[in-house]
Amino acid sequence: MTEFLQQLINGLSLGAIYALIALGYTMVYGVLRFINFAHSDIFMIGAFAGYYLSKHFPRESMGGGLIVLAGAMIICALLGIIIERLAYRPLRDRSKLNVLITAIGMSLLLENAGQFFFGANPKAFPVLFPVMTIKLGAVVLSSNQMAVFIVTIVVLVGLRFIVMRTKIGTAMRAVSFNPVAASLVGINNDIVISFTFGLGSALAAAGGILYSLNYQAIDPLMGILPGMKAFVAAVLGGIGNIPGAALGGLLLGVIETFFNGSRWSTYTDAIAFTLLILILLFRPAGLLGKAQVEKV
Amino acid sequence: MGEACVADAFGQFMIMKKYFFLLAVLVLGIALTGTGCKKTAEETAADGKVIKVGEFASLTGKEAAFGQSSHKGTLLAVDDINASGGVLGKNINLVYEDNQSKPGESATIVRKLISRDKVVAVLGEVASGRSLEAAPICQDNKIPMISPSSTNPKVTAVGDYIFRVCFTDPFQGKLLANFAKNSLKANRVAMLTDVAAPYSVGLAGFFREPFTANGGTLVAEQKFSSGDKDFKAQLTAIKAANPEAIFVPGYYTEAALITQQARQLGITVPLFGGDGWEAPELLQIGGSAMEGTYYSTHYSAEDTAPAVQEFVKKFRAKFGGETPDAMAALGYDSAMVLADAMKRAGTTEEPKLRDAIAATKDYVGVTGKTTLDAERNATKGAVIITIKDGKFKYVETINP
Repeated sequence: MTEFLQQLINGLSLGAIYALIALGYTMVYGVLRFINFAHSDIFMIGAFAGYYLSKHFPRESMGGGLIVLAGAMIICALLGIIIERLAYRPLRDRSKLNVLITAIGMSLLLENAGQFFFGANPKAFPVLFPVMTIKLGAVVLSSNQMAVFIVTIVVLVGLRFIVMRTKIGTAMRAVSFNPVAASLVGINNDIVISFTFGLGSALAAAGGILYSLNYQAIDPLMGILPGMKAFVAAVLGGIGNIPGAALGGLLLGVIETFFNGSRWSTYTDAIAFTLLILILLFRPAGLLGKAQVEKV
Repeated sequence: MGEACVADAFGQFMIMKKYFFLLAVLVLGIALTGTGCKKTAEETAADGKVIKVGEFASLTGKEAAFGQSSHKGTLLAVDDINASGGVLGKNINLVYEDNQSKPGESATIVRKLISRDKVVAVLGEVASGRSLEAAPICQDNKIPMISPSSTNPKVTAVGDYIFRVCFTDPFQGKLLANFAKNSLKANRVAMLTDVAAPYSVGLAGFFREPFTANGGTLVAEQKFSSGDKDFKAQLTAIKAANPEAIFVPGYYTEAALITQQARQLGITVPLFGGDGWEAPELLQIGGSAMEGTYYSTHYSAEDTAPAVQEFVKKFRAKFGGETPDAMAALGYDSAMVLADAMKRAGTTEEPKLRDAIAATKDYVGVTGKTTLDAERNATKGAVIITIKDGKFKYVETINP
């Protein structure tokens, strides 16, 4: 029973990070109907931004840690906006395939530029927040895992508020529903799309830092596998659907962890992608997604 | 279909500008991808005046600490050989390439070293998996290959042109089994194996047999893949099995993360591993969690033997005070054994060079006496290192 609870906590904390990354995929898809493959590399840049920023602020302190987290989120938000402005916006009116391929190119550019500027060797990520271990009977919960849960919940509630209750959120939903009609009623699509990219990238940065706090080795290719898993999580929950991305992330994290702790741990990655195939076969819209009829 | 007709010259220009920008991004990307993988030694001397020796190493990437150390040792050896007049009246020119610690790269690099650079012998690699990629190519081309520190037995089993100057995993596994039983007094051991690394799978197997034969029990056998970051699931299962020690036959990045996460989960029993742990990064990534862990390796810089102290002195002088680790020492010995064989053969022609390497007997190097047996493996002792007060500390030497 203890083992089961411990695995559940491990799984949920891994899943919460997948959820944070998946939110970025799902938001961009919701508004623009395309997969931003460079998202997983923004996650990596977020971790490195945290690594370099942490050299200038006190370590293992609440204040210093929060400044580093906020700094990395701002850097990545700007990077996300710049990438969209330079690489995706010029292609917005062309076929979706062009943008998709550009996104893959952008991902490779970031990965290789990362290896060039940061070096390909794994670096040790500093301890940003004071570390504590919370013991509930035999179940152990570290303060970093707690931080992951708290940040994910805050982000989910915040996103729900932004999308449902604010003017920019209403505009986002409008652009997602029908971009032409949205611009006809006076919404500036460019600003809405830039905002979406900025927000998604900031979440990726938060995910990158939380991931690195838990698994303290960072390298320029660290985003690839978590990025793929988060993509699976987004599709699992129903891509374009914000609660769906969170559900998909948590579900995938828990399933993976239970497989990792069993005799079949070799097949963990295979499980994640088998799940993707099954979902696409039997419920293409995802767990929480609504099936839509494409109007021609 | 109206837009195409109204596209005026200005529109055309704008479109071209967009393409130009995309092209610029693409070119920059390609340029960045290209850098960092092409580094060859200066080739000043004309062909014929030098003996070209190839080296492939993981100079960047996940196991860069291994590649860099081994490479520095080899560089020092080549300097020493050339400073004392070279071999056969010629200087040795080391042509080296980086495989970025990636699978698949080593084969391409070694093919290039042999066919384009025309090297007479190949040195490399630390990781058994990448040595196994290069070995069949060297064997097919009848070019001797000496691996400084690949311990998996399969490496030299590829053919009669493949050698190594380090001990093998059956020896290391048996030694670690005895260490767990006698020194750690652990009868219940859990094992966490990297299934994507032949080194790890091999060493795990060679540990299991002698350990269980001596009455020990493996209470849990968990698996992971190189590059994984989250080991909490496997460690939770291990914790539930209640072991007295945990054996991690992997490489240093994962070993450090595993130890850290084990301590976070409240596992207090000692962790131990093989020579894959030997790197300063083990302490940089693992930090204070590494206290009280053990690993076996090929040599210790604290050894008082004159050959070792001389090597440590020269290495520090050349590389800014850095203390050489076991990979550096084996990198040095691999080049020295090759040079010694060239001198005895009196030529770099095949198969005479191969026969001379195979006949290496009692060659005194930094890592002890090297004698190559009929399977082209070296038989030599090992040392146990522990981590205390944030430093590597020598524990004991175990001879075969």
